[in-house]
Amino acid sequence: MSEPILAISALDAYYADFQALYDLSMHVMPGEVVAIIGANGAGKTTLMRSVSGLIRNAPEAIRYRGEAIGALRADQVAARGIALVPEGRLLFPSLSVEENLLIGGQMHRPGPWSLERIYALFPVLQERRLVPSTALSGGQQQMVAIGRALMANPDLLLLDEISLGLAPVIIKTIYDALPGIVEEGMAAVIVEQDIAKALSVSSRVYCLQEGRTALEGRSDVVTREAIAAAYFGM
Amino acid sequence: MDWINAIVQGTLLGGLYALFAAGLSLIFGVMRLVNIAHGDLIVLAAYLGLSVSTVLGIHPLVALALVVPIMAALGYGLQRGILNRTLGDDLLPPLLVTFGLSVILQNGLLEIYSADPQKLQAGAIETASLQLGSLALGYLPLLMFACSVAIIAGLQWMFYRTALGRAFRATSDRQDVAQLMGLNRAHVFGLAMALALAVTAVAGVFLGIRTSFDPSIGGGRLIFGFEAVIIGGLGNIWGTLAGGVVLGISQSIGAEINPGWQVLAGHVVFLAIIALRPRGLFPRMD
Ligand SMILES: Nc1ncnc2c1ncn2[C@@H]1O[C@H](COP(=O)(O)OP(=O)(O)O)[C@@H](O)[C@H]1O
Ligand SMILES: [Mg+2]
Repeated sequence: MSEPILAISALDAYYADFQALYDLSMHVMPGEVVAIIGANGAGKTTLMRSVSGLIRNAPEAIRYRGEAIGALRADQVAARGIALVPEGRLLFPSLSVEENLLIGGQMHRPGPWSLERIYALFPVLQERRLVPSTALSGGQQQMVAIGRALMANPDLLLLDEISLGLAPVIIKTIYDALPGIVEEGMAAVIVEQDIAKALSVSSRVYCLQEGRTALEGRSDVVTREAIAAAYFGM
Repeated sequence: MDWINAIVQGTLLGGLYALFAAGLSLIFGVMRLVNIAHGDLIVLAAYLGLSVSTVLGIHPLVALALVVPIMAALGYGLQRGILNRTLGDDLLPPLLVTFGLSVILQNGLLEIYSADPQKLQAGAIETASLQLGSLALGYLPLLMFACSVAIIAGLQWMFYRTALGRAFRATSDRQDVAQLMGLNRAHVFGLAMALALAVTAVAGVFLGIRTSFDPSIGGGRLIFGFEAVIIGGLGNIWGTLAGGVVLGISQSIGAEINPGWQVLAGHVVFLAIIALRPRGLFPRMD
């Protein structure tokens, strides 16, 4: 049994006085895809922001490859190989599509991902590479957000609600790209509202409820009843 | 003929104003910081030019080889040591701190160099000129104008064509997401201030060669810089050059009408432009 790439233990996260995560624990093995589900406001985005360093916590609460990273700044976390596709995409409006991708790769971490490979994955981005990122459709913007994270050649990819607000056919295109992304051993944490989708792409799932872990299990054996109970606290 | 001369001289002066403005504009653009001490930093650069050129016995333009890196290092240190701590959602702390810095710089310069006006001696080139019909174009103003245009062009290129410029724009757009890309905001801001003060170093030495200076003139240079930025349109680097030129021409035409009206004419044109076009002559398209 190898060591987890990400190990979270007893994580409490706050927005000023408001506590959003309580005593949360979870882990991700190298190369594993883990799904996080939970109702709106359950704390999924807070968890993503905590791991990526946008919210700073107790150092020991988050370990990455054994190193305590809970209190590091986001740029220090990124340099260690964790990339976030943030909820709402949050592209840089003054940058073109290609510049958004290039800024994702500005740390020059070695790895398989390059502009060419992103364009091969999402060919429409190559056609539109010189337009401002704000001129794209929502689905194309999501592809840029994913490409921008991949350009960092992360070992752990965090995806926060990548299907939010997109048409089903676009969601399918994006999810169809996922196996090609993780096939080379990148670990991923996927936050997803669509439970069936979340279970189908992951090997394990955590369900958050009001800032706490309400359920943890293997995606192929967890039952709908168990999820419903964890989701709604019944 | 005097009018044409006034316009030409004003244009050349405008290059200097554009340099005053470029540093201000860069800093505001990248980190939304209004640097009240900018004018005093220009004067500081002029004094540094004076010390370096007299101590080492070199030409003030050659002294730039030292003044530019010194000012850049100072800018980085200032940003990381002090100014980064003032940045946040509230616009007031950076205003207050840079205002305080302005007072400290003025008094420090007064203490070290006294209130006596100083000038940088550029030698024979100061009086040499190119005769075009009845127009006499000084080589030095021409050289300084050409440098200003080159610096503005360089800034434009840096901002839109290099990885550093991309980092500046990304950080300006969304600081937290830029941090996710591995850009440390504190360092990026330090680099922006270093670059701004490198440009300011050139502006200060040019100023000191053109006119005499004393520790109290920073406030006026700050205003000229502001006016050039606003006339040109915030966020437009070439617009800043145009703004500097409009201001320079207004001032020299004002002076042509009545020598006492030079500065006043600049302010009047500035006010007229913001009244008619609040976003400046060349606002950035977005
Ligand atoms: N910036 C913020 N300031 C204060 N409270 C916040 C902030 N962002 C989220 N919250 C609160 O934290 C809790 C968890 O939010 P979030 O992590 O965004 O949930 P999810 O992503 O699961 O929908 C919610 O109660 C939400 O209202
Ligand atoms: Mg969320």
